[in-house]
Amino acid sequence: MSLHRYLIKGATMPDGRVTDLLIVRGLIHTVSPKILDADAIVIEAKGSVLLPGLVDLHTHLRQPGREDAETILSGSQAGAKGGFTALSAMANTSPVADNAGVVEQVFRLGQQAGLVDVFPIGAVTQGLEGLVLAEIGAMADSLARVRVFSDDGNCVFDPLVMRRGLEYIKKFDGVIAQHAQEPRLTVGSQMNEGEVSAILGLKGWPAIAEEAIIARDVLLVDHVKSRLHICHVTTAGGVEIIRWAKARGINVTAEVTPHHLLLTDELARSYDPLFKVNPPLRTERDVMALREGLADGTIDIVATDHAPHSSESKECEWHEASFGMLALETALSIVQKTMVDSHLMSWEQVADRLSSAPARIAGYSDHGRNLEVGAIANITIIDPSASWIVDRDLTASKSRNTPFHGYELPGIVTYTFFKGVPTLFAGALVQGDES
Amino acid sequence: MRHLLSISDLTKVQAISILDTATELARVSDGAVKKLPTLRGRTIVNLFAEDSTRTRISFEAAAKRLSADVINFSAKGSSLSKGESLKDTALTLQAMGADAVVIRHSASGAPQRLADSDWMTGSVINAGDGTHEHPSQALLDAFTIRKHCAKGGVDLDGIRVAIVGDILHSRVARSNVLLLNLLGARVTLVAPPTLLPVGVESWPVKISYDLDKVIGNVDVVMMLRVQQERMNDLFFPNTREYSRYFGLNADRLKLMSHDSIVMHPGPMNRGLEITAEVADSARSVIVEQVANGVSVRMAILYVLLAGGPLESGGK
Repeated sequence: MSLHRYLIKGATMPDGRVTDLLIVRGLIHTVSPKILDADAIVIEAKGSVLLPGLVDLHTHLRQPGREDAETILSGSQAGAKGGFTALSAMANTSPVADNAGVVEQVFRLGQQAGLVDVFPIGAVTQGLEGLVLAEIGAMADSLARVRVFSDDGNCVFDPLVMRRGLEYIKKFDGVIAQHAQEPRLTVGSQMNEGEVSAILGLKGWPAIAEEAIIARDVLLVDHVKSRLHICHVTTAGGVEIIRWAKARGINVTAEVTPHHLLLTDELARSYDPLFKVNPPLRTERDVMALREGLADGTIDIVATDHAPHSSESKECEWHEASFGMLALETALSIVQKTMVDSHLMSWEQVADRLSSAPARIAGYSDHGRNLEVGAIANITIIDPSASWIVDRDLTASKSRNTPFHGYELPGIVTYTFFKGVPTLFAGALVQGDES
Repeated sequence: MRHLLSISDLTKVQAISILDTATELARVSDGAVKKLPTLRGRTIVNLFAEDSTRTRISFEAAAKRLSADVINFSAKGSSLSKGESLKDTALTLQAMGADAVVIRHSASGAPQRLADSDWMTGSVINAGDGTHEHPSQALLDAFTIRKHCAKGGVDLDGIRVAIVGDILHSRVARSNVLLLNLLGARVTLVAPPTLLPVGVESWPVKISYDLDKVIGNVDVVMMLRVQQERMNDLFFPNTREYSRYFGLNADRLKLMSHDSIVMHPGPMNRGLEITAEVADSARSVIVEQVANGVSVRMAILYVLLAGGPLESGGK
């Protein structure tokens, strides 16, 4: 048998066709119902679904700076386990990825790990402070070829800075991924502002703080004819504004996280900071609007906002705790649970929202391709009929802050192929290279 | 019942039994020997991560009258002010064998974190957490209202209460709304719109922005403290305007019905939300609230640690 030939037997393609698929030397060699190949390693995939390798546009890998919470290697492992072949490393590291040096370091560490493509996102402003543009050109022209820029964690709140950023990135065919959070309306905010925050006495985070920035920025991007991506939309009102903007032909795309498709602010009643996240969990009504928006394409993609934190950042009072939750290893299962099993989306749409569309937005040309002969073999296999119970002690991530510990979720990712090489094989990680 | 974290932990029967137990215990406090042996050998820790002299000494007096050993653990000068985590503090208290922890904390939900964690096994009593709840204050307020206004009834059925002031940031208001409603009282919140939480519409209360319209039609006026730090955060133009609309002064006192009472959880800002004349008037039961606080906190400790209410006429 050859390590360069893999024969996937009897799998279901995103469009529902049942077929065999042969990978040879990193490429999809043959797609046909009955392939015979004596040299290939055979994977029986009857009942499983083949997807183009998942692409995450929003990942916190914490390196450099917080290697206690995650490294590019451990995050890549978590990604491979979750079915991802490309991750986008957010810029809020320490030091901040606001210059060519840091983005090249992140890019190089991703290549060394070799389990997924790690594409660094560059900061829009120096130090994520929202005041002065970062060295966007230097990052774009670096080895990392940065195209997505974001101050995520912070909002580019100053309308003039946002305008200049949107204009400047046009030179590099870039896109700004905005963390929509009006800072003055969210000073000290802890959770969604509404009935639950009123009872719990936790400072409210109004939906309007998100929606006001989305509204401002779709108008701005229309005016300067650039490209805007809205990170982690969480409110029904936000979905409405984006729907309106798209109907007007405005060049905006948007993402939703898996957790905002499933969880609500009711969970804050436990005061367990595992449910503390930025932007906050909203109401049932918002969850339903997000699902509808994702299904009808108003929201283009699912992005994980995977945010590892050390245990001391979560084993404390709600106020003291850090914002964020793990997401890479549970993302596809949650999308299956909320969107596929509820008949809102087909697997073909899942392939679009978690692979093709994010790859297109970010310009990751080797990813998100249809599973056709000649394409680079970035492939994820999920067994949708199986289920699993999330165990935080079994995460590949260095952190344990999953809000889904003990949840039973549908769909097990069994294989991930990255450039034709398995990074996840029969549910087991194929280790990355630490050196 | 193992913990007292929120009034929502209580049934009406449990709430009334705490008030009844407090009535019995108040009788003991009025007697020649003020001490009961009930909690001898038990250790109660007052964990005050936020300064509060009055609540701490009230719980301390209550625990001592029940013969418990009391350890005071305050923020200033302790490991808490040196950045020790709540988890490590709890593990320390567990190692010392605390049977109950009375916790005051600036973070909403900190008592529930202690109770839900596996860091310690003792009872947790919320002595005020952030802007969430202050259940022992609500119980002592209900005790005081029952004594003055219930005409011998066991609950507060039909008694009309106005809570006036900074509802948004008030743990006293949140606990009182829950408890007064549980006991059958009719609550009106009076505040500037800026100091009412979004979501208050779902509370079982009436809302008013006009104290003058409300004040003549209630049995109890409960004034809330205006915190110093609110004054420069755009909630109202200045303290003078606040006092003019929401302060309780002699003119408004005249509008109150003749058998109504004035309450305040303390500490008061005399001249801001309440004038000295009103605070010191015959209508004011503010000092009595403090005395009742000890009896009610004895009752809470009794019910949680001695395993049930004190029967009327017993011991």
